[in-house]
Amino acid sequence: MNDMTQTIVTPARPRIMAERPVKIVAKNVTVYYGDKPAIKSLTIDIPDCAVSSFIGPSGCGKSTFLRAINRMNDTIPISRMTGQILIDGKNIHDRDLDVVQLRARVGMVFQKPNPFPKSIFENVAYGPRIHGLARNKTDLEEIVTASLKRAGLFEEVKDRLSHSGVSLSGGQQQRLCIARAIAVNPEVILMDEPCSALDPIATARIEELIDELRRNFCIVIVTHSMQQAARVSQLTAFFHLGHLVEFGDTDEVFTAPQEKRTQDYITGRFG
Amino acid sequence: MIVWTVLVVALVAGSAFMLGQSRARGLRLAGGPMLHSLPSYHGLYLAAGALSAAILAAVVMAFATGPQSLAVPLSAGLAGVAAVRTLLPRISTLFRARNVFERFVTVLLVACSAVAILATVGIVFSVLFESLRFFSEVPVTSFLFGTVWAPTAEPPSFGIVPLLVGTLLITLIAILVAGPLGLLSAIYMAEYASPKLRGIAKPLLEMLAGVPTVVLGFFAALTVAPLIRSAGQSIGLPVASESALAAGLVMGMMIVPLISSLSDDIINAVPQSLRDGSYAMGATHSETIRRVVLPAALPGIVSAFMLAISRAIGETMIVVMAAGLAANLTFNPFAAVTTITVQIATLLVGDQEFDSAKTLSAFALGFVLFLFTLTLNFIALRIVQRYREQYD
Amino acid sequence: MSNMTDTFRTGDPALVAKRYRAERRFRSYGAIALGLTALFLAFLIADIVVKGWPSFFEHRAILTVPLDPARIDAASPQNGDFQAIVKDAFRDQFPGVTSRGDRKKLNALLSIGAADGLRDRVVANPSLIGSALTVPVLLSDDADLYLKGHGADRISDQEALWLEALKDRGFIEKGIAWRFFTSGDSREAELSGLQAALVGSLLTIAVTLLLSLPLGVAAAIYLEEFAAKNRFTDFIEVNINNLAAVPSIIFGLLGLAVFLNFFGLPRSAPLVGGLVLALLVLPTIIIASRAAFKAVPPSVKEAALGVGASHQQAVFHHMLPLAVPGILTSTILGVARALGETAPLLMIGMVAFIVDVPGSFTDAATALPVQIYLWSDLPEIAFQSRTAAAIIVLMTVLFALNGVAIYLRKRFERRW
Repeated sequence: MNDMTQTIVTPARPRIMAERPVKIVAKNVTVYYGDKPAIKSLTIDIPDCAVSSFIGPSGCGKSTFLRAINRMNDTIPISRMTGQILIDGKNIHDRDLDVVQLRARVGMVFQKPNPFPKSIFENVAYGPRIHGLARNKTDLEEIVTASLKRAGLFEEVKDRLSHSGVSLSGGQQQRLCIARAIAVNPEVILMDEPCSALDPIATARIEELIDELRRNFCIVIVTHSMQQAARVSQLTAFFHLGHLVEFGDTDEVFTAPQEKRTQDYITGRFG
Repeated sequence: MIVWTVLVVALVAGSAFMLGQSRARGLRLAGGPMLHSLPSYHGLYLAAGALSAAILAAVVMAFATGPQSLAVPLSAGLAGVAAVRTLLPRISTLFRARNVFERFVTVLLVACSAVAILATVGIVFSVLFESLRFFSEVPVTSFLFGTVWAPTAEPPSFGIVPLLVGTLLITLIAILVAGPLGLLSAIYMAEYASPKLRGIAKPLLEMLAGVPTVVLGFFAALTVAPLIRSAGQSIGLPVASESALAAGLVMGMMIVPLISSLSDDIINAVPQSLRDGSYAMGATHSETIRRVVLPAALPGIVSAFMLAISRAIGETMIVVMAAGLAANLTFNPFAAVTTITVQIATLLVGDQEFDSAKTLSAFALGFVLFLFTLTLNFIALRIVQRYREQYD
Repeated sequence: MSNMTDTFRTGDPALVAKRYRAERRFRSYGAIALGLTALFLAFLIADIVVKGWPSFFEHRAILTVPLDPARIDAASPQNGDFQAIVKDAFRDQFPGVTSRGDRKKLNALLSIGAADGLRDRVVANPSLIGSALTVPVLLSDDADLYLKGHGADRISDQEALWLEALKDRGFIEKGIAWRFFTSGDSREAELSGLQAALVGSLLTIAVTLLLSLPLGVAAAIYLEEFAAKNRFTDFIEVNINNLAAVPSIIFGLLGLAVFLNFFGLPRSAPLVGGLVLALLVLPTIIIASRAAFKAVPPSVKEAALGVGASHQQAVFHHMLPLAVPGILTSTILGVARALGETAPLLMIGMVAFIVDVPGSFTDAATALPVQIYLWSDLPEIAFQSRTAAAIIVLMTVLFALNGVAIYLRKRFERRW
């Protein structure tokens, strides 16, 4: 295996990077599960107000890196990380940075929709409640309504906010999870294959939503579907066997990739 | 004689087996067509037939002439031999010995399962039957709603309200103790404890669960009750020497392992995706547990509590040894009360004129107890079933 | 940049600190709960051991007893009045004691069975008649208690002085009370032992095991593998689950009404006790055996069927051996449970004062937990200690059984 490839390859930064500030910076990040490294020496700059997608074959480490950004890997005892991840210039592993607040600033949507077995209202209200974002009941209702609207779910559920979140369809549940994530006013939204459990119509709606949200949030999305990456993201990073192989503007990565491996993956030679 | 009978039966069955097997082998060696079943199955077929005949004959004889008579092993032997003679000719190459034997085995298995059902039937019927006899003497209403329990008085009165109250009081104390202790231990073990700590805590709880109730009763009566009594006296509180508090406390500790292990299983069954969803929102561990995990686990935990209550209600030895005999109608935990199980025990442990209302009342109590625990268990099971698909 | 924010960006450190405090508090609640439970268990064990340990030892007086041929007939040595001989030898230690009342008190320091060992020796070897033997004789329970450091209020000062005198002369020995395991029950605490109870428990459990294991496994096999999955079998499953949760005293009622009253079986016999306990344990064995069968991977059964085995052959030749460890473990645990059950045995009459070891399954017997219950009711302090000692024996046996079960489970645990 060619071990030379390391970091960002394109000599020029992606076009988009010039237009937007950098939100997330990873410097030489290696994540271990036990003794095995799932990600090796990753260095990348992710911009704000844009959608960056991570693509690559199964087991290449993209989800692992995603989970490292909001320190969800901390919940796995055998996982450890070397290197640094900075958000807005601040190291997320800094001693005085509270992981609980980090996760409120960096929201996450999971592959399989996981609404709490509570009412729709309570699902969205959960985050604001625990972080004390609402001063009173009216505030809370405003936040919930606003989040549901932004997630494009409000019209469908406004009459049954007290119904259980699990009673919704798959696509609605995922939008509920997105509303839940938005409700705490994050700056970054991480999405781990958010549409892989959904049908094409629901997928299309979520992709529309992502497109709207990117105007205000930094969105990082892991996806198995290259077509989705092409549709939805402005930047694409290709991972392979724990390494970042290539990172650039989406159109360039898909039409004129710099690395042979990228080319092979995109044309379906493997993965 | 029983030993002889067993020997005879074993001998008959064993020789039948050998005979059948060798006969089948003989057929095989003759160079003819293949046997349908292995020779051993032919042996088993013969042995099964001989065994059944022998046992049947022995049982019938035992009923007829008493289990100690010589006729029992004798008839067993004769029946066995007769069976062999009748069944032997059927052995041939075409004979499906294995199938016949397997049918025999199936019948045996069914019979064994039937016994298990018979136990339930037996319980219900025996208790029901005797209870009905009781109710023919004492009206149901005075039993269920009477507030005086004095079966040995002249005239006796059989009102179970004091017993119900006593049972309830002690059970309540037990749950107040066991509920928090059991649930919090389960939460700690499932969510916070290191594997090493879990490895110590779980066996510890299993050890507590394995302590026989007579031991707990001894501890309650001879150590806990006097302790509570002197503690009460030192602050000027009158505490009976057989207080409900003592019995309830120890009974609570008895059911802590039950609540703990059931809750542990239930909490562990809550999908990790729910926890992940909560962590990703920036919730602390305890917030996740209190607001997401426990509500999701609630039906299971309620069910666990119900099972624990059912167990506490049906417990006998702790209350027999540590709780009182006097049917006091009170909610005072420092007083001595009695429970349904204590009364069942005291009424029946002693001389038995089986038909007196006094003795039969014990069965009526048993019936009430049975209904209670059955209902609780049934509801507990139902709750778990209904809410199981909640987050699938 | 995100524009919805205001208070949040800087975070509210007070709130966050409060949340973390709540986290720590909550976590400590759990640890405390666990700790309290462990404390209770420790307290229980310590109490029992402290109370019961002394009963494994007994105090004896070493006396030189002259075996006067005039008092023991060589032809029938067992009729000799050994108790009187021993009493005299004891009194010889205190020549100053003359008054009738004092002599009685002195005699009371000896157990009424003090001469038993001596009698056995002389009967076995009559040639000893005429010589003087130095033998240990058993002291009474009150004397024994005093020497163990309790019960100073149970004997008078005078008696205490006598005992101290004997001790100073070196005539008191403390040894292991083997009779605790070799004697049956007795009205005298110092003579009482567990032998009858142990044998009774053994016989009862034997019956339980003999009945419940084959029946339980057979029923489990049928229900799991051969029964059609219809409403009737569902009904059976519900019934068995219910049976597992029925209070044990109700099984006692069943035993009383059906086995004793209807079938007329002998009261308090290990046979009846075993029957009742077998029914008690049966549901648990069935449920556990079914689970053991369920745990066998279907691939095993399919492979067997694939080479042409019949359903029964697949079950008995292939699945059963793999399920055996699970069945064994749960049986041992079931036996452990049955060993500690008291209430059902009380119902079928095991409350009598049984001195002799039961000779058969139909003789009246007692069982270890019942013996514990009966002894705990007796007022003498010495019996309290005996009860605790019996509990130590019971718990040791149970501990051993559980240990074996856990060892088996670990040894045969397979990860499919």
